[in-house]
Amino acid sequence: MQIQRWLVVAAVAAAAAGCTRGCGGGESGLNPPAEEVLGEPEKGGRIIVASIGEPSVLLPPLASDSASAQISGLVFDTLIEIGKDLEYEPGIAERWEVSDDGLVLTFFLRKDVKFHDGTPLTADDVVFTYEALMAETTPSPYKVDFEPVERFEKVDDHTVRVTYRYPFAPALLSYAGAFGIMPRHLLQGQPLTQTELRFKPVGSGPYRFASWDKGNRVILTANPDYYKGEPYITQYILRIIPDQATTFLELKAGGVDEMTPTPVQYARQADSGELKGRVNKYDYYGFGYTYLGFNLEHPVFADKRVRRAISMAIDRDELVHGVLLGLGTPASGPYRPDVWYHNGNIKPMKHDPEGAKKLLAEAGFRTVNGRLVKPDGTPFKFEIITNQGNDSRRKTGEIIQRRLSELGIDVTLRTIEWSSFLKEFIDKKNYQAVILGWNSDIDPDQYSIWHSSQTGEGAFNFVSFRNAEVDRLLEEGRREFDQEKRKQIYDRFQEILAEEQPYAFLYVPKSLVLIDRKVKGVELGAAGLGWNFEKWWIPAAQRETTQQ
Amino acid sequence: MLGYLLRRLVGLVPLLVGISLISFTVMHLAPGEPAIVEGELGKKQSAELRQQLRELYGLDKPLHEQYVDWVGRMVRLDFGLSMTTNRQPVLDKILEKLPITILINICTIVVILLVSVPLGVASATRHGRTFDKVTTVAVFIGFATPAFWFALLLMLFFGVWLGWLPISGITSLNFEQLGPLAKVGDVLRHLVMPVLALTFGAFAYNSRIIRGSMLEVIRQDYIVTARAKGLPETTVVYKHALRNALLPMVTILGLWVPELIGGSVIIETIFAIPGMGRLFFESVSARDYTTIMGILTIGAFLTLLGNLLADLLYGIVDPRIRHR
Repeated sequence: MQIQRWLVVAAVAAAAAGCTRGCGGGESGLNPPAEEVLGEPEKGGRIIVASIGEPSVLLPPLASDSASAQISGLVFDTLIEIGKDLEYEPGIAERWEVSDDGLVLTFFLRKDVKFHDGTPLTADDVVFTYEALMAETTPSPYKVDFEPVERFEKVDDHTVRVTYRYPFAPALLSYAGAFGIMPRHLLQGQPLTQTELRFKPVGSGPYRFASWDKGNRVILTANPDYYKGEPYITQYILRIIPDQATTFLELKAGGVDEMTPTPVQYARQADSGELKGRVNKYDYYGFGYTYLGFNLEHPVFADKRVRRAISMAIDRDELVHGVLLGLGTPASGPYRPDVWYHNGNIKPMKHDPEGAKKLLAEAGFRTVNGRLVKPDGTPFKFEIITNQGNDSRRKTGEIIQRRLSELGIDVTLRTIEWSSFLKEFIDKKNYQAVILGWNSDIDPDQYSIWHSSQTGEGAFNFVSFRNAEVDRLLEEGRREFDQEKRKQIYDRFQEILAEEQPYAFLYVPKSLVLIDRKVKGVELGAAGLGWNFEKWWIPAAQRETTQQ
Repeated sequence: MLGYLLRRLVGLVPLLVGISLISFTVMHLAPGEPAIVEGELGKKQSAELRQQLRELYGLDKPLHEQYVDWVGRMVRLDFGLSMTTNRQPVLDKILEKLPITILINICTIVVILLVSVPLGVASATRHGRTFDKVTTVAVFIGFATPAFWFALLLMLFFGVWLGWLPISGITSLNFEQLGPLAKVGDVLRHLVMPVLALTFGAFAYNSRIIRGSMLEVIRQDYIVTARAKGLPETTVVYKHALRNALLPMVTILGLWVPELIGGSVIIETIFAIPGMGRLFFESVSARDYTTIMGILTIGAFLTLLGNLLADLLYGIVDPRIRHR
């Protein structure tokens, strides 16, 4: 009983724990009041950030969990950075050029960037980072980003040239996220999975690694030699607290300054009691969305009318309120609503049970004794699968199940442990319908999810969506560097998806963050929080309020 | 006695092999594999990456080969590398968490004994009277209280409202700057609530055992004799009766040996204590096979050792038992 309860808490936590900084972003439904009189930023102080999970590896190519990425993002610098509105900004590369044919990317590095041990960062380190990431001994999830690279070479000490086998518009993004430049002189000759630096990293970023008390906390200190200037907050402490109820009490007691709350904590508990007037609430769209996917190789779902009817039968507002407590929005397609490539003309599918019935009748379905019967006379029933431990997906499934039963469709819901879920069901396309989520990137490229070449075993187009026009659009979109033209391409792509409904796109959840009001300079953008973390500050007068 | 000890120790070996074989098989029968991090689909879940991790962890070999490899390493006391992307040695991982769990459990056992034994004796000597009834109800309320709920109440009361005790973790942020004595004090302050939450439910069980065994002993002839000799009641109870009533506690102490390193998932998670319970739980969730096997093996060894110790102790405290 206790363990079960705990598991539920953990599952909710995991589901809600999108990300605190660095990923996601968006339009804000924010309540934080206009900052009080701000005054001049002051240096010093410390911020204590709570994390549910413990970091695993602090080197960028291996940092795949959110806690590891959070720390390695502060310790390491990237060539390109993501600005407030998700635009590319100069990082270590003060500028970059894309050749006219889109095949060659040239980065011009700043000359004043130093690693934390004082060694200057040069083109050698950039090339080394690429080689280390691609090395056979490095199990990095980011290799796929560099798959189209033909040559990665140093031109001179501060110039790097990357040649692609084909024009690849999403390429720039790969230099912004996980491509933190690592010091060649400290890492050369050892596999990344074995170096000591994976637990005490040395980068060139705004914060230096200070200590890691395993299971308790990671401490970083401001880098006085940071090329953009020393960050205001001197100490960054990541406290590992696996239970969100505890974290919330710590926030109340002042033992934590920033946390990712559960939707209930965010919506109902953060404005009252001890926290009244003490924290700012931030919510913003991340890049994830949840969908109901149909296996198009299954005869009944091959008919577009059936897919559209099911999609119409689902009340998305009900899902947003019931599952997310209103902290999200219905999805109209694979993109969040506040990015340039989102097609604003496409609205989320409206809840229309009558329309659904009509469509099903058109497709030859009949109602017999309140049960829907397929054209061949057998009852229409199917199974929705989703992964175990994800509470919001299970709830979503239950709500959909009820709505479809109103149409006379007999839906069963089954949750399956994650790895067998992937291995036995998704990889082998051994399912009828599935509730899952995608976490997309800043770039609109969706080649791996919708292109007909990606339908093999273990590939991501496991619904087997095959559409010649979509194939062409996705290929063009990857080759095109011009934003205007890309928008046209992806607008059309979204129209086709909306028409075809290979997925019933369900909702885009929001990322939630609570931050103690003593922290100033926090600015929410499309990129979320944290994009300007170096400029956050804490007035000296409010610093020593934490008791721990 | 020495011969008995040797025989028992040799007997441990096949037991350990059997336990490890069963654990290994059951673990691999359970769905899941370490190559996969749970969560969203995406490039972190690509089929190629999963295959690469499988090879890195040696999971592409047949199961019996994996087991033989594992045994081969274990006889050299090499626990292997954990099956997570950081490839930390399993032994390091365990040694990081072990001290805090042992410390908490020793504190817990001491508190349980300090409360349960007097409580059990007092209940037995006041058998059927109001004190007995009230403590019975009280300890069973404690027994029925969910530990996580009690822990959260403690945190709210002592941590948030009164601000007397730190809510979670085991050390304060300024721990490194403290003097040696202050460091001990700091850790103890952090331990108060977890130990309270861990002991609260255990009083019932242990005080009931003492009470029951006391009630049995107190009706024996030699107690009547002691009373008849005109000995004061405290001497009768605490010297003559209690010593014999404590015999069942020896078995319980033996069972506590493996628990010393067991740790409690719930309490460690709620109080953010990086102990063995959480390590085991997280390893199971992540299918970190080498770490799971490491913890299970140590646990099995200590359980067997605890049983052996309890048996030996019986020989010492109970003159009726002789080991040959």
